[in-house]
Amino acid sequence: MPPVITEVDQHSLIIEIGGMPVRVNTTDPDFLGILQNRYAGYVTSAANAEIEFDIEMAPPGNADPDALVRVSQRGGRWTLTRGDFRAEWEPAKRRGWIRQTANPYSIDAVLRIVHTLVLAKQGGFLLHSASAIRDGKAFLFAGVSEAGKTTISRLAPSDVTLLTDEISYVRKCDDGYAAFGTPFTGELAKLGENVSAPIAALYLLSKGRENRIERVPAGEAARSLLANLLFFAEDEELVQAAFHAAFEFVSRVPVSRLTFFPDARVWELIR
Amino acid sequence: MSSLYVARNPRVAARSLDGEMMIMSGRDSMLFTLNKTATILWQAADGATPLELIVQQKICTEFEVEPGEALRDAETVARDLASHGILQISEEPIVRGDSK
Repeated sequence: MPPVITEVDQHSLIIEIGGMPVRVNTTDPDFLGILQNRYAGYVTSAANAEIEFDIEMAPPGNADPDALVRVSQRGGRWTLTRGDFRAEWEPAKRRGWIRQTANPYSIDAVLRIVHTLVLAKQGGFLLHSASAIRDGKAFLFAGVSEAGKTTISRLAPSDVTLLTDEISYVRKCDDGYAAFGTPFTGELAKLGENVSAPIAALYLLSKGRENRIERVPAGEAARSLLANLLFFAEDEELVQAAFHAAFEFVSRVPVSRLTFFPDARVWELIR
Repeated sequence: MSSLYVARNPRVAARSLDGEMMIMSGRDSMLFTLNKTATILWQAADGATPLELIVQQKICTEFEVEPGEALRDAETVARDLASHGILQISEEPIVRGDSK
């Protein structure tokens, strides 16, 4: 008689972004390989994960990654849905599950959302911006699509360490804010370095005929920052937290408009 | 006197920065930057003072405007902000703690 219960091998890896280790468990060794490749440089051997997700594979079908993201919380349990995944996460238990097809884009979205939720409670955020480190200081370059995030990343000289060309990771620290590298890429399709540095400035990108930097008034800085925040949760408490985090940030970090002509000379201004 | 009362919704996030009042609705994450009149209205919206009195004491003293016109404008602003859940409006005084 065959055994009633079949033991299934479970494969795990820990993805550490922004200093927060997240363990993902899957029974699919091929998918594990995809994740190891996707998050190269962010897979760590940290002993204790802060969050653990079990991934349940869904058969390929009509998954729609362009569908609307819904993120809501009820009774301490977050539900995250998009056309290509459904996930639940209980922060108190530090555990959750993700049902998705075998592609890295779905878990990428889940990780981004979870990080925004965790960061919002801590005064940090994910921002639509490129970021880079020079001389031990991090600089953020924010803007919508086509504003020049990838362009300025491509123009970075060799002494610059690129953290991301698309989504910056901002964490509040005792004496200010720090930017961390992320694997969340834009057109550059190159993972950021998994390092961090104190943030020295936020630049609002604008393409022009010359290179110049102009400080922007605090109100405009706050509005621009809020417009570029990644935030998905339908949750009043977290919306308020994100709002106040943006104001705290602009009160402590200089925000300027960086108008730039797309050649390498723009980096002469970034010091 | 207008029987309309207005109160700030305590569940929205608000900050004043360099004289600009910015408010974010927790319901739909919409960001509002209030003009000077709306800022005065927001700051005076205690739920106990009738809107007409707010207009008389805070708005007409600040701007050269005819009181009737100012009240109509203030009601429009108040209803607009209320539609986004930023202000609460009622024909009765709004007692803090009873509001939902």
